[in-house]
Amino acid sequence: MAVANKPSALERVTSDPVSRRKLLAVTGGSTALAAFLAACGSDSSSTTTTMAGSGGGKTGTEQFGKGDVGILNYALTLEYLETAFYADVVKSGLFKGSDLETIRKFGSEEAEHVTALTGFVKQMGGKPAPKPKTKFPLKSAKSVLELAATVENLGAAAYLGQAPNIKGASVLAAALSIHSVEGRHAAALNTLLGESITPDGAFAKPAGADEVLKSVEPFIVG
Amino acid sequence: MSDQILAQPELAAVHIDTDSEDISRSEVILKGALAAGAVYGALAVGPFVGRALAMAESGDVGILNFALTLEYLESTFYEEAKTRAKASGDLKSLIELVGRDEEEHVGALTETIKKLGGKPVAEPKFDFPYSGTSGFLKLAQTFEDTGVSAYNGAAPQIKAAEVLEAAGSIVQVEARHAAAIRLQNKEEPAPEAFDPALTEAKVLKAVEPFIA
Repeated sequence: MAVANKPSALERVTSDPVSRRKLLAVTGGSTALAAFLAACGSDSSSTTTTMAGSGGGKTGTEQFGKGDVGILNYALTLEYLETAFYADVVKSGLFKGSDLETIRKFGSEEAEHVTALTGFVKQMGGKPAPKPKTKFPLKSAKSVLELAATVENLGAAAYLGQAPNIKGASVLAAALSIHSVEGRHAAALNTLLGESITPDGAFAKPAGADEVLKSVEPFIVG
Repeated sequence: MSDQILAQPELAAVHIDTDSEDISRSEVILKGALAAGAVYGALAVGPFVGRALAMAESGDVGILNFALTLEYLESTFYEEAKTRAKASGDLKSLIELVGRDEEEHVGALTETIKKLGGKPVAEPKFDFPYSGTSGFLKLAQTFEDTGVSAYNGAAPQIKAAEVLEAAGSIVQVEARHAAAIRLQNKEEPAPEAFDPALTEAKVLKAVEPFIA
């Protein structure tokens, strides 16, 4: 399904409007990618995120295992992180009432993602990634909500970044069903913060594994 | 594309049957349309079968045209809502934002279909039976949640990675819309840990009452 060198092409064209035009000129109307980017218009030129990998079929998730197992374990690591984050936030006592309920609900959904992904990895004969030790700065309700929104927006972008790399249809279906839930969480948190529900505009932007892992590095302590 | 049997009951709702490749998509759509005909009468379903046939194109173009139909529906719905929903404040801004996004989706899908050498489906005429803000919000929630499930259901059948990437970037935005609309309805923005997937036939059946 996935064409090996396409992600790096997308990376180049989405981050550079000049090469985007060049690609359009070179490929003419032959690729859906060109059409899609052309249709997106100026939105594409303002992107800061990039697609997974750097060519040669790399997904950036190889350290977690081969192929779909690696992608699932990468997702599992992010879900562990989100679950631990929400658990810490609930314990922090910074939230009450409906905000606390929302946080509890999101946390329990992330925990369900952990369970499902763990089962999926095992079923495919892989070894589930270990639960990372985490630590989050929990200073004020506002800073926690901002961190939550950052984590969820990043999580949604992470799933989107891996979707084209997934080989198995069932794995893809599962990833998509989680991806849109992360998108819902992100939009709800953005709403609580009074920020745009669609910060990327009409087309959500993907994030590559390297970028995502670098962003969450400060929260992983072992 | 290979398929695995899911051991996770949580994921049962999102399992897509990809083993039945002997049944073509067009047959599935037609079956849905004909089933609807059996229920509502053949005359009522006549144009619907025609549309299903128009959509019964091969592969990605067919899926993109299916998506385009849904985006036309949403786009028209929000355009009308600017006056019909009698919204003010945050909801008014939300309607404008969502409407603009859906319009951009229509444009992107139309262009992509053309570039793939396909023919974009014609914009259907719609009829949205609701009144007032609460009527609008109820229908909006249905459309956005259905939209998410429609993309999630269709995406695993997409062949080209670029088209999948595009569909993914749209479905995430639909999910964001759904969450925001649900919050307006004082409902859970993310009611389930796994968004369900819907088949094309089920989606088409769900939106058929709104196609005039």
